[in-house]
Amino acid sequence: MLSLWLNVLASGVLLGLVYGLVALGLTIIFGVMRVVNFAHGEMVVFGVYIGYWAVRLWDVPIIVAAAIAAVVMFVFGYLLETLLVKRFVNRPHHYQFIVFIGLSLLFTGALLVTFGPDPRPTASQLSFHTVSLGFVTLDLARLQAAATAGLLITLLGAYLKFSSFGRSLRAAADNRLGGLVVGLNIPRVYAVTFGLGAACAGVAGALISPLFDAQPYLAVDFTLLAFVTVIVGGLGSFSGALLGGLLIGVAEAIAALMFTPSMKTALPYALLIIILIFRPRGFFGAKEI
Amino acid sequence: MQKRFEGSADIRPWLAGAMVFVTLALVGALANPYLISLMTIVLLFTFLGQSWNLMLGIGGQLSIGHALFVGLGAYSVAVLEVKYGISPWIGLLLGMFLAGSVGAALAWLSFRFEVRGIYFALLTIAAAEFARIMFSGWEFVGAMQGLFFPAPTNAIEFSMLRGDARFYYFVALALAALGIVGTELISRSYLGYVWRAMRDDEQAARALGVRTFRHKILVIAISAATAAVGGGILALVQGSIFPDSIMGMGLSVDVLIGPVVGGLGTTFGPLVGSLAAIPLNHLMSALGDSLRIPGLNNIAYGVVLVLVVWFLPDGIWPAMVRLCKAIQLPSRVWLPQPRKAEE
Amino acid sequence: MTALLEVKNLSKSFGGLVAVNNVSFALQAGRITALIGPNGAGKTTCFNLVAGAMQPTSGEVLFEGRPIENTPPELVCRMGIARTFQIVRPMRDMSVLENAMVGAFSWTRNVSEARSTAYESLESVGLAGKANARTDQLTLPDRKMLETAKALSTRPKLLLLDEVMAGLRPTEAASVVRVLQGLAEAGLTILLVEHVMRIVMEVASRVVVLHHGARIAEGSPGEVAADPRVLESYLGTGFHA
Repeated sequence: MLSLWLNVLASGVLLGLVYGLVALGLTIIFGVMRVVNFAHGEMVVFGVYIGYWAVRLWDVPIIVAAAIAAVVMFVFGYLLETLLVKRFVNRPHHYQFIVFIGLSLLFTGALLVTFGPDPRPTASQLSFHTVSLGFVTLDLARLQAAATAGLLITLLGAYLKFSSFGRSLRAAADNRLGGLVVGLNIPRVYAVTFGLGAACAGVAGALISPLFDAQPYLAVDFTLLAFVTVIVGGLGSFSGALLGGLLIGVAEAIAALMFTPSMKTALPYALLIIILIFRPRGFFGAKEI
Repeated sequence: MQKRFEGSADIRPWLAGAMVFVTLALVGALANPYLISLMTIVLLFTFLGQSWNLMLGIGGQLSIGHALFVGLGAYSVAVLEVKYGISPWIGLLLGMFLAGSVGAALAWLSFRFEVRGIYFALLTIAAAEFARIMFSGWEFVGAMQGLFFPAPTNAIEFSMLRGDARFYYFVALALAALGIVGTELISRSYLGYVWRAMRDDEQAARALGVRTFRHKILVIAISAATAAVGGGILALVQGSIFPDSIMGMGLSVDVLIGPVVGGLGTTFGPLVGSLAAIPLNHLMSALGDSLRIPGLNNIAYGVVLVLVVWFLPDGIWPAMVRLCKAIQLPSRVWLPQPRKAEE
Repeated sequence: MTALLEVKNLSKSFGGLVAVNNVSFALQAGRITALIGPNGAGKTTCFNLVAGAMQPTSGEVLFEGRPIENTPPELVCRMGIARTFQIVRPMRDMSVLENAMVGAFSWTRNVSEARSTAYESLESVGLAGKANARTDQLTLPDRKMLETAKALSTRPKLLLLDEVMAGLRPTEAASVVRVLQGLAEAGLTILLVEHVMRIVMEVASRVVVLHHGARIAEGSPGEVAADPRVLESYLGTGFHA
């Protein structure tokens, strides 16, 4: 019994790290640009498809697939920001919401046109390998995904904290006007931020491609999950996204053990509503929106 | 002297509106069945858009989970009729009550801590998803298998709101007209002034004595209750309801497309926007099906939304009004200003 | 004559910074009182404390003898205290008249009653001729007067004006002065927060001077103008008349 619980807990933590990475992408964008990327789930799904193709066609290790996803999605995000999103950064939230809803419809449509609506299982060899650590048995795919996600989160944190560009990102997040005054190149900061956010989503998608079948309609679920995660942690907070991801991952895993499948999917939302009642801005939320 | 400032004395907008509805009534009398069923949906979404528009366009509160209220209305009507044979009229009342209470409760929860803007919007979407999942697993309301109304008849039964496609067309038309007249009346009453003041600047409104806390709850409750009426009728028109389609994200998006494309905060915007967007969606779906390209309608919808927000940020209707200034229909155009940099 | 508004030992600090320090003053009904001081003296904080937009750290604000320091701004307004904002905030898609109507809905729900009250408010500030204009067509002085008209529509007993004359040319300020004098003659009590001393001296019957959050002088304009501490606060130490 104990080992069952430990296993569930461990797999929750592992998936939670990946959720954390997804949420991190959303939260970085929000923190710096005060824009909520409602097409975030689509970016995760892009990553899943990249993972699917890389592993399927070129038979590369999942880590390489993740690296490809990172590069592709960074460029994608950078271009999307420069060409479109920047026009809406200073518009009210509902306009941004509608633009992103439009984008998400467009992206889902593009995926449907390209790949069709049917799920494509990646069927990685990894899914069947397990690692045993005393009480806990973990499947390799999950472990690898979590380890990579954890590493990336750490690297990104260090980058934001210590590099000069990372510092200017945080300066822009703290005070956009101040950032302008001290001469930050705000358009570039925004474009890079959006690229980083998209890259986080893409990498997370590639990492979980062995666990989830590639399917266009998956996007909505990922978007909603990312929202729940960042609100639980607090929009715009780095550690909040990580904490939120872990909390949701573990809660889902435990719920899967205790409740029916539909209750399992309802749990994150229930958690969110409860948290909004008691901590309306999440655990590490920004003071004012 | 003062009489010159009587804005409500202008009857031209009412005349124009009446003309539009006479035309729509003729459509109902003459059109073929396909057009009738398409226009029924257009009119229902005009009404739903109107309810959403009241909340954001006049009240300033963004909901991206309106499917919650639509779904509560639909389920109230469906459960009462399918399970107990109770008239949809009662179901509509129950739906209004439920949706209004849930809306008010959400608003109260959120605004109690002065949480507003995007957090409130995210709360609405979370609540809608939570409800959808709960309804998907709730056997009493049919779970994923949904609920089916008794087969439609050609005999019109007003007490049970039952009849043929044409009957539902006129029900939807009446509802849309009611929505437009209602919005215009609210907009000209003290509530309209107070809500628009609150929408534009909450602090300034409070300084003028507007009790914004209760007004925000009120506008959300009214919007939710009217959305439930639209949902109840939508359920009857469709003949069946399923949690994913009546409470899903997709429906929340469909509700707001009309007013956004047509013109936020305008009285006729939702009608114009629905007239433009829904046939386009149907056309693209049909095209996609015949070409065997799924997703074509998503792409078309997506592109239209982005282009409208980009090039016609205040929607089609205000642009039309600007084009034909001579007619001077009433429009309450709300041009949002850029957010302040220090936010 | 009893005081309409009484401020007793009012203090407000933000973190470690004391913005208003133990300030007391009283407003006599039917008069124009000015709250002046150099930049950063705590005038606007003091103003917001009275208007209910902020809560004091300590001290009391009594309006008609009732404490209001913890009352939210909308209720303060409904008790009879109306305010303007330093940064003018007209409502965008509403006409000048419609803007002025909003305030009237604090005491009536009747739209035509609100309309006629709003029209009267506009008349009293000289804006009646522009009632149907859009607010973005107004000049800065007109916008400031619209702010005043909006406040007047709430039918206040006390009107709080936050720097209505800042940024106006002398001739424009002079017409504002005439408007304010007219309002005071009609029995309205006015508290004026101003940075510009000269204009205040013309219009106010009593002046309170703040410096570094504390009250350093109070009296008639003549008394205050002759007070060396006031001159020092405005012109820096070392200046002696």
